[in-house]
Amino acid sequence: MTEMIYLIAVALLLGLVGLIAFMWALRNGQFNDLDGAACRILYDEEETGQIESHNSGSNQKQG
Amino acid sequence: MKTCDHCGLPVAETAAEKENSFRSDGIEGVFCCLGCATAYAVVRSLGLVDYYARRTLNSNEPPLRPEMNDVAPDYELYIHHEADGTDSLHLMVEGIQCGACVWLIETVLARQEGVVYARLNMTTRRLTLRWRAEATNSGELIRRIAQLGYRLKPFNPKLLNQADRRHERELVRAMAVAGFAAGNVMLMSVAVWAGHAEGMGPATRTLLHWISALIVLPTAAYAVRPFLKSAWGALRHRRANMDVPISIGVLLTTTMSLVETMNGAEHVYFDSSITLLFFLLVGRVLDQRARGHARSVAEHLLTLKAHSATVIGADGQATVMLPEQIKPGMTVLVAVGDRAPVDGRVLEGTSELDASLITGETTPARVKVGDIVFAGVLNMSAPVRLMATATGEATLLAEIVRLMDAAEQGRAHYVVLADRVAKLYTPFVHLAALTTFLGWTLLGGLAWQPALLIAVSVLIITCPCALALAVSVVQVVASGRLFDRGVLLKSPTALERLAHVDCVAFDKTGTLTLGRPSLLKNDVSEDDLMFAASLAGASRHPLARALCAASPSVSVANDVREEIGAGLILTTQSGDVRLGNRRFVGVETDEESDLLELWLSRPHRPSIAFRFRDELRDDAVAVIAHLKQEFYQTVLLSGDRFTTVQRLADRLAIDDRKADLSPPEKVKELNDLAARGKRVLMVGDGLNDAPALVAAYVSMSPSSAVDISQTSADIVFRGSRLAPVADVLAVARQADRLVKQNIVLSLLYNIVMVPLAVAGWITPFIAAVAMSTSSFCVVFNSLRIKTGSAAYD
Repeated sequence: MTEMIYLIAVALLLGLVGLIAFMWALRNGQFNDLDGAACRILYDEEETGQIESHNSGSNQKQG
Repeated sequence: MKTCDHCGLPVAETAAEKENSFRSDGIEGVFCCLGCATAYAVVRSLGLVDYYARRTLNSNEPPLRPEMNDVAPDYELYIHHEADGTDSLHLMVEGIQCGACVWLIETVLARQEGVVYARLNMTTRRLTLRWRAEATNSGELIRRIAQLGYRLKPFNPKLLNQADRRHERELVRAMAVAGFAAGNVMLMSVAVWAGHAEGMGPATRTLLHWISALIVLPTAAYAVRPFLKSAWGALRHRRANMDVPISIGVLLTTTMSLVETMNGAEHVYFDSSITLLFFLLVGRVLDQRARGHARSVAEHLLTLKAHSATVIGADGQATVMLPEQIKPGMTVLVAVGDRAPVDGRVLEGTSELDASLITGETTPARVKVGDIVFAGVLNMSAPVRLMATATGEATLLAEIVRLMDAAEQGRAHYVVLADRVAKLYTPFVHLAALTTFLGWTLLGGLAWQPALLIAVSVLIITCPCALALAVSVVQVVASGRLFDRGVLLKSPTALERLAHVDCVAFDKTGTLTLGRPSLLKNDVSEDDLMFAASLAGASRHPLARALCAASPSVSVANDVREEIGAGLILTTQSGDVRLGNRRFVGVETDEESDLLELWLSRPHRPSIAFRFRDELRDDAVAVIAHLKQEFYQTVLLSGDRFTTVQRLADRLAIDDRKADLSPPEKVKELNDLAARGKRVLMVGDGLNDAPALVAAYVSMSPSSAVDISQTSADIVFRGSRLAPVADVLAVARQADRLVKQNIVLSLLYNIVMVPLAVAGWITPFIAAVAMSTSSFCVVFNSLRIKTGSAAYD
């Protein structure tokens, strides 16, 4: 019987953690741009960083 | 055919041969114009060529071409100066195709010196930009993006609809809470249901009931608020809507379950009450999202058109202001190709004005000093200075607004189908519960407590979850599908009203036609056209633009001079080439035509005329034919002259036509139609249509319409085709059919379940299964909506 009490408490706690995480995400604006976020993950940062370093020279040439 | 390396549009062979001329800094490629070549060079120089491999071009919406000579609006008014020395600006971005565009814009901005923050929201197409004021300025940053071919318009974030967003957030939060509670309560309920079969002891059962009560009571109290609010609002006005039986059902179920738990009874209904709330909230959130999205796109379209006005001060200094800041007596400069921002009297200059948005008249009117000009007219040939006249009741706009108010009062308030059903349903259900109670106590000889329990279970099982979803899910699916086809449903009841429409009234200019001049190609040769277009590229005059549009792949000739209000001159070795109005070119004929024209004269060759007409939308004839085939009556209501209207109506085979109508007369025509029992869909775009749009049973407006028309229309459609009008009617009829099926489905469920409940056989398990099944049936039935009948394609 006591095991069940623990079980229910743990289940509720986990559910609550999920709820709080969702509320935080909502408040944080994580759901404001669903289309953009889906695309953003496709473009990783390192790649642009590399090009940036190799390209800073040609930038100056242009400007 | 070759395509441009930057914008992906086809490049004419002749231009492709000349590709050298567009090369900049030794970059190889095929480009359609200098703008595209420059954009490509910028992308290349930043090392971002991956963009071209990553992007997916949308074939329906070709990318915008970079415009080299576009006049930038003034951003200074919109810049927000922060205390920490940074400036911020909110911009709407036009021309975004896919995620790669977002990446390109953000990366380009992030590489700029001084940019602190640049984030583009792909859903709303809004860019938030923050930079250090001492390191860079807005003009420089905006130029970088404009170079790539995107158009930017500043906006004031405070003016966007915040109330809608708040409401949506509240619903999402309520949904999350209800979802959390529903999942956990189900956990207990399954244990209890299994316990019935396995012989769970009463102490354990009561403990589980108490835990359920602890979860449900606070969460249900939180999640039911949106329904309570709406139900209370309806009851206060002595009406019944769907939220009344929902609120009563949920409150009763929870209260009864609590009492039962205290008594240590066998059955409680906590799971039913909270899952019901969860399902309903999911429906509400989707509904709100779909509509909010459509509305934000409509807002976006309006903002893109926001103009600024150039005001000339007493010292001759030009300052840029928002149209609403202009006070009577100020001097306003209206450049060629701009719309007059306010009503005014001409102080200086003569010009031709296109007032088609206001009067429906297509032929431009000539104005001179002292003439009155209305806000919204397009200046076509020379800059003019206006003195803003009294802004109060005297303006045309005020008159239109008065007419709209009058039309609004005459319009019967439309009652949503779901609420009409609720009005019949609510008394029936409560009567059934009362009869059950009386039946069991008086005839069945039961004590009042168990009889009350049975009566309450009747109310629980009839709580209209499926019925409430019946309409909203269909609406969500239909508006989503229509949204993909460029139709924005602004009013929540538009779809229902559309299903009853049996007559479609059209405005002429800008609705059946495109509302901008296009070249009549048949009387000029291709070579002449290409030559003229190479001159016309240097001008912003609407006719010159139309000439360029007719021959898009031509590059602009160098050294073209523009003589304001007259035409363009190109000096060649053999003499001057002129493109402009009749007098400017030196043609002397008396032949009058009601068409717009441009003349081209070259040394030693006869002058040629390019004639323009406001062309019909591509599929106008097919759509009208399709509508007639579907037995819709078609009507043409125009403010233009009788002969023009007559000719157009004949071409389209529209039965009823009315010309020379003033705005009040249009409203009167619609009222006459309504008096004859017709339900009219009004499609219009002009300022003169705004009152008619309000007066009609349902109204629709193209996204090229003036602001006031788009605001008053129930539906806004995008693109250069008329097909959305037929689409939306077809979808509305289909949606109507599905809604009725759904209502029958959920009533069927009641017919089966109510007798069981009256007999007292309903247990929480049966209630949970039956209620969920009926909801799922309704949802899946709603997903059957299809869009786009290909009949008129």
